[in-house]
Amino acid sequence: MREQPLDLVNLTIPAKPDYVAIARLAVSGIANRMGFSYDDIEDLKLAVSEACTNSVEHAYSGENGEIGLSCNIFENRLEIEVVDQGHSFDASEVESRTGPIQFEVSMSLVRERGLGLYLMRSLMDHVDIDGDDGVIVRMTKYIRKNEVGSHVESPASYPTR
Amino acid sequence: MNITIREHSEREHTIDLTVFGEVDVYTAPQLREKLLTLCQGGSNIHLDLAGVDYIDSTGLGVLIGAYKAQKSSGGKLIISGMNSRLTRLFRITGLQEIMEFGPDNQEDGKS
Repeated sequence: MREQPLDLVNLTIPAKPDYVAIARLAVSGIANRMGFSYDDIEDLKLAVSEACTNSVEHAYSGENGEIGLSCNIFENRLEIEVVDQGHSFDASEVESRTGPIQFEVSMSLVRERGLGLYLMRSLMDHVDIDGDDGVIVRMTKYIRKNEVGSHVESPASYPTR
Repeated sequence: MNITIREHSEREHTIDLTVFGEVDVYTAPQLREKLLTLCQGGSNIHLDLAGVDYIDSTGLGVLIGAYKAQKSSGGKLIISGMNSRLTRLFRITGLQEIMEFGPDNQEDGKS
């Protein structure tokens, strides 16, 4: 059976740029209470903002819609779902175009967009995107205790209590 | 949640721009508009981000756009005052390798 969260916090915001900061603040408060480090809280804020921004910009493209944010609080981790009912996109196709900027390529080819998904993947321990009718982004970050010189790109060792 | 942008130009051929606040999908359009207007002027732009405690991909996109515009018009975009969080994001995204930075940026605290 799937492990049940200790607590669940749900938030629905209008899919408008104005409200992305609200999602970010809510997650920041939850992560702070759970005992995440300053840097990890900032990572969570950014990842959630990127997921919401994606919904605001792509899913509804000008139409009114809503973004659902579910924060599943576990003993050792925070699992966040960002859900919209807008137009879904081919995540694997987008993924193939994302990554760090390659400075060898001509500057004219450097993307101004498309960094969001890459940042989510870089900053969270696990990110899963799917959905046919709308998009569901599921992301997980583990609480790291007594962090010593960890590195963003390297997979973290999870405390097992 | 808002940003404040201050412009001053005491040095010749250089415009100093200081930004305060959080740069996200809501506030980035203000910064984009300001920067792209200045990019048409042909001056170097010195962007002080010491008052920016949060930036996401939308904000980074604006900086990339301004960098490109400056590059094509022969001007420079120099970024300074970044806190360790911003420095880290520039490193993760690879922007650190591309863009030009002033001396007063904080080190990436995480590596």
